[in-house]
Amino acid sequence: MITSQESIIIKTLSRFLIPFIQLFGLYVIMHGHSSPGGGFQGGVILGASFILLVISFGYDEVKKRFSKRNVMLLTCAGVVLYGAIGVVCQLLGGNFLDYAVLPISQPRSMGMLGIEIGVGLTVMAVMVSIFRDLLTY
Amino acid sequence: MKLFYLLMVTITGLWLCYGVIEMPRWGSPNSPASVHVSPRYIEQSMAETEVPNMVTAVLADYRSYDTFGETTVVFTAAICCLLILSATRGRKES
Repeated sequence: MITSQESIIIKTLSRFLIPFIQLFGLYVIMHGHSSPGGGFQGGVILGASFILLVISFGYDEVKKRFSKRNVMLLTCAGVVLYGAIGVVCQLLGGNFLDYAVLPISQPRSMGMLGIEIGVGLTVMAVMVSIFRDLLTY
Repeated sequence: MKLFYLLMVTITGLWLCYGVIEMPRWGSPNSPASVHVSPRYIEQSMAETEVPNMVTAVLADYRSYDTFGETTVVFTAAICCLLILSATRGRKES
């Protein structure tokens, strides 16, 4: 079990860095369809930021917000979001994951963004979940 | 019996090597992948998907069903880790 570090350098530095890492992760997910990046990469960056949080502040500090229930809920939410976009496309008369029928402007671009968000959520939660499982083993 | 297995493995391996010889050279402009699929993606993906990133267009639009499978694989990995690592010892901590 990882306990809290005594070093003030590690704590201050990770407290300073984690918001920027998460911002970069969100950027990678959001710009996945117009620049290099995407759900998998952005999700891993976001997950790594949470792992850094656990490593520097100790597991006990983080345990309250990352209960097993919340993490698994996020994991499922990503897959469900991905599948739901596909099913919505089917209900609107297209094929499964045929974004062209979505009633928004630039439907293909926005549909892709939606599934990237789903993938990002799942990958982020899976990283945290596996790390958690190994930590509490 | 061991000799028989060795013979079987050798014959299968040689057979596979023979099959590889007939494949198109790596990166050959005349291979089926370069003739049909790649030009279509390179020329049409911007017009068809309104997305400037060709890689994401292939990943998330043309082959989004495949990406759905990938996401499910990652999801299954998390579930398996959860089951294996939390089942070996009875633990109260959630």
